[in-house]
Amino acid sequence: MHNVLTRFDFVLIKHSQNTFYSFIKQLNSNFENKCFYFRNFHFVNFVSICFNTQNKIDLNKKNKTIFCKHKSLHNYKYSICNNSYRNSDYIAKMSSEKNVKKHCEHVNLRGENCSVCNNVMESKESKLENGLSNMHSYDYDYIVIGGGPGGMASAKEAAANGAKVLLLDFVKPSNQGTKWGLGGTCVNVGCVPKKLMHYAGHMGSLFKLDSESYGWECEKIQHDWDKLINTVQSHIHSLNFSYTVGLRSSKVKYINGLAKLKNMNTVSYYLKGDKTKEVDVSGKYILIATGCRPNIPEDVEGAKELSITSDDIFSLKKVPGKTLIVGASYVALECAGFLNSLGYDVSVAVRSIVLRGFDQQCANKVKTYMIEQGILFLDGILPKKLTKENNGQIKVLFSNGNSELYDTVLYATGRKGDTQGLNLQTLNITVDKNSNKIITDKYSSTNISNIFAVGDVAFNCPELAPVCIKAGEILARRLFKKSNEIMDYTYIPTAIYTPIEYGSCGYSEEKAYDTFGKENVEIFLQEFNNLEISAVHRKKHKKAQKDEFDIDIGSTCLSKLICLKNEDNVVIGFHYVGPNAGEVTQGMALALKLKVKKSDFDNCIGIHPTDAESFMNLSITLSSGLSFSAKGGCGGGKCG
Amino acid sequence: MAAMAVALRGLGGRFRWRTQAVAGGVRVAARGAAAAQLGRKVAVVDYVEPSPRGTRWGLGGTCVNVGCIPKKLMHQAALLGGLIRDAPHYGWEVAQPVPHDWRKMAEAVQNHVKSLNWGHRVQLQDRKVKYFNIKASFVDEHTVCGVAKGGKEILLSADHIIIATGGRPRYPTHIEGALEYGITSDDIFWLKESPGKTLVVGASYVALECAGFLTGIGLDTTVMIRSIPLRGFDQQMSSMVIEHMESHGTQFLRGCAPSRVRRLPDGHLQVTWEDCTTGKEDTGTFDTVLWAIGRVPDTRSLNLEKAGVDTSPDTQKILVDSREGTSVPHIYAIGDVVEGRPELTPTAIMAGRLLVQRLFGGSSDLMDYDNVPTTVFTPLEYGCVGLSEEEAVARHGQEHVEVYHAHYKPLEFTVAGRDASQCYVKMVCLREPPQLVLGLHFLGPNAGEVTQGFALGIKCGASYAQVMRTVGIHPTCSEEVVKLRISKRSGLDPTVTGCG
Repeated sequence: MHNVLTRFDFVLIKHSQNTFYSFIKQLNSNFENKCFYFRNFHFVNFVSICFNTQNKIDLNKKNKTIFCKHKSLHNYKYSICNNSYRNSDYIAKMSSEKNVKKHCEHVNLRGENCSVCNNVMESKESKLENGLSNMHSYDYDYIVIGGGPGGMASAKEAAANGAKVLLLDFVKPSNQGTKWGLGGTCVNVGCVPKKLMHYAGHMGSLFKLDSESYGWECEKIQHDWDKLINTVQSHIHSLNFSYTVGLRSSKVKYINGLAKLKNMNTVSYYLKGDKTKEVDVSGKYILIATGCRPNIPEDVEGAKELSITSDDIFSLKKVPGKTLIVGASYVALECAGFLNSLGYDVSVAVRSIVLRGFDQQCANKVKTYMIEQGILFLDGILPKKLTKENNGQIKVLFSNGNSELYDTVLYATGRKGDTQGLNLQTLNITVDKNSNKIITDKYSSTNISNIFAVGDVAFNCPELAPVCIKAGEILARRLFKKSNEIMDYTYIPTAIYTPIEYGSCGYSEEKAYDTFGKENVEIFLQEFNNLEISAVHRKKHKKAQKDEFDIDIGSTCLSKLICLKNEDNVVIGFHYVGPNAGEVTQGMALALKLKVKKSDFDNCIGIHPTDAESFMNLSITLSSGLSFSAKGGCGGGKCG
Repeated sequence: MAAMAVALRGLGGRFRWRTQAVAGGVRVAARGAAAAQLGRKVAVVDYVEPSPRGTRWGLGGTCVNVGCIPKKLMHQAALLGGLIRDAPHYGWEVAQPVPHDWRKMAEAVQNHVKSLNWGHRVQLQDRKVKYFNIKASFVDEHTVCGVAKGGKEILLSADHIIIATGGRPRYPTHIEGALEYGITSDDIFWLKESPGKTLVVGASYVALECAGFLTGIGLDTTVMIRSIPLRGFDQQMSSMVIEHMESHGTQFLRGCAPSRVRRLPDGHLQVTWEDCTTGKEDTGTFDTVLWAIGRVPDTRSLNLEKAGVDTSPDTQKILVDSREGTSVPHIYAIGDVVEGRPELTPTAIMAGRLLVQRLFGGSSDLMDYDNVPTTVFTPLEYGCVGLSEEEAVARHGQEHVEVYHAHYKPLEFTVAGRDASQCYVKMVCLREPPQLVLGLHFLGPNAGEVTQGFALGIKCGASYAQVMRTVGIHPTCSEEVVKLRISKRSGLDPTVTGCG
């Protein structure tokens, strides 16, 4: 069991009963299920635990005796000893072992135990006592580093609950020198501009492909990139401004400064990034919510200098022109999608599969539609070298030896935690080496108990604005409102704004097979045509037409439910490819949280004619081998 | 229109069926097909009585031909008009204003409907359902008869007969010129030429939807409403729907009732109406007058009395029990033709499916008519499921009801400078924790798509607390539902701020 314990170098606690009592009391205000500590710990005089660097546990004899005297504490000892960051992993491990029932009874405590250890581990005795006796001696109760959705939400929630809060935000310019204001990725270089550009592209498709049949003549319209950028940027600026105002009215102190950690209670920052003006502030709790930044691979010559990323595209001064997108993440496909719909020639270089981690049948449907709309996918090919031509174009040499000229090359090959410069190593805050993301427990706590991380910068956390908002708010309520709510990361819905959208919640087909075994999974699905698109026979792009008869696009929509056969077909995965995927998926996510069964879907009446109603009608299983293409053409419904 | 499904084996020279339905296309098709799959012999009898204007259509019933489908497509055309106006903000250079060509739109819509008619026929064949395009009426409680195109009389008998003939728009025959000059929703989708300046009379969702898309494609449109709009729907939402339509360019004559319609020498229609409060008369000229004052069941020509099927003396709709059974044990009725049922296609389809499963599949599942979601496709769409605020208060008492609400601004509206005053969502809950959700009302773009999933959640017994624990999808309009924090009782400003 000892090998579970990995990350602690040492823990030493030695202090009086009273101090320990009040320490536990303080913890109690922050974490759930603490009564246990009260019941069992208040008669413990000394607790001293050593975790040496060999990951072995040393209890000094005295304490051992104390523990052993009390049966419940005996278990508790194990809890402490077997502390682990990844509590859920550990619980899973425990549960799979025999004869651990006794321990499992205390599984709920383990998270808290973790906190006890962590706190104590990092606290020298004097500091702990100091911290407890002078709870208001810090400049702030809460220092938030990073002004994105998670940081701002947590800061505001904390302030609303009476905490004195400081928020530090500073945007380091991208490789191309792009900068932006308060609000983080979502508002400035993520969801908001992306959705607006997607919407502009969507409009273009409607105008060019559908409008004539609907009686409007506007097929020969032109797009003005500068104007779109103008619209998008002025909206973003208004949001930046409203956030500043919002923080002020929420009584959160906002400073535009580049922050780093000095010690567990001190943050220093460079005012407006000016390295000559370093200021120190102290805080009882610190939240790191610095998010992620796009990653450009080091090994492609010229990539860092010549290519842009999603940090730059939404404010790009020059018209993108012929564009190469490198990557197959949702960011890559979304950018490829709107650029194509706005009328630019777009190619996508994909190393292996598109939308890794998502349901691959859906991912490929998205890809197929994008191909039909004229996007060129370069499968299994990556750039090796980028060079600038005299006319300003970029020459890309590909891994297959071909080369091609582009006006713009956009890298969307993943994102890494923006943690460099935070000085995490000095405090020994554990960071995943690959992603530069901070490892946290289910309480959003790092291995230092008063330092937290939420949002994209937290390891294994979905990179979604509403997730970090929720996590940030919940954290603030735990710290300052005596709440014991913890963030639930199950059944988080998401939508991808590709030309045909994709919304999902829960398990993909692949993950369900992996987790539960193919034989235990039942999949219900249907392909169909969206009414509004099929009625006017939307056309394929000329490039995608095989011959003169290959004109109409394929079916636009796919509805898919992943169920567990042995559990009355409880639905564990929801997938929808088609228009308005975000709107369709949101309510379904609620149902999935409520453990909706396939039969509940069947008994719910559809809203006609919509695409969402298709889910109320699914009758074909994937395993039956029958065709799952719907006949008829009234959208998701069955009006005949 | 009339359709029946009939099932059976041939006996002698006459047809004899195990199930037979006289029914409005859609439903019968569903039910008929299901019965055929369950191993019964099924016939569908469908006939469309032309409208007074002479409009006729094919298999599929109201929804496909003169309802949901053409309505949604014309609504889409109108939405496109709105997008074209927004286009310059998004960098699209369009010479404004872009004129709309009714003929092109009508052609596309009508072609699509015809392709659906064809699809329905093929499906019935695939499922071995016999289809008769005849106007049927009862001869006795097991037999219906009709005359085929060649004049040949056809008699069909069956063990079970299902009536699903639906409803047709009502004409105010007491108004002079109404029948002669007016059209209804049976005609509007099949007009070859633009209706031009239009007066829509009525306050039903049909009236508002028609007025909405006519305005959206650039026609001068007026709606005349005698009393309240969208009766039966949440009244706060209804009045916001009207407010939005007004700001969107539809004109309203409230508290007025038409008294006569005349054709002027130049071909225009002169409508005279009376202001119901002042009694003052007024007139206006229009190119088209569209009656949307309600629908009547298509039961008159069925000779129901010969079979002994009871109807409501007020509405002429067929009376049924919870098993969809009429006063005659082996005759059933589903859909719009039935008294007290929501006039919605998916409801009829499900009722038909469950009925056939009870008849031939050994099932005992009854149709649950609670929490039926629906959406009104006005220019700003209105989706709802469950109780209206009024109903909730009436059932549970004001002090036991908590209403959470928000005025939100769709991201796409903000940028295009569109007015979003009516983008609004409210959730009606019980006040006692965990605050069971009783109803959801959503006014905004894509309301149908938004409402469907929540309808499922509400059917699963969602509480307010559970809705709040659901993570949003950003940036959407539907995420506003899971972000509802402000209760009406608190009196706080429900305007949402943020990135929309």
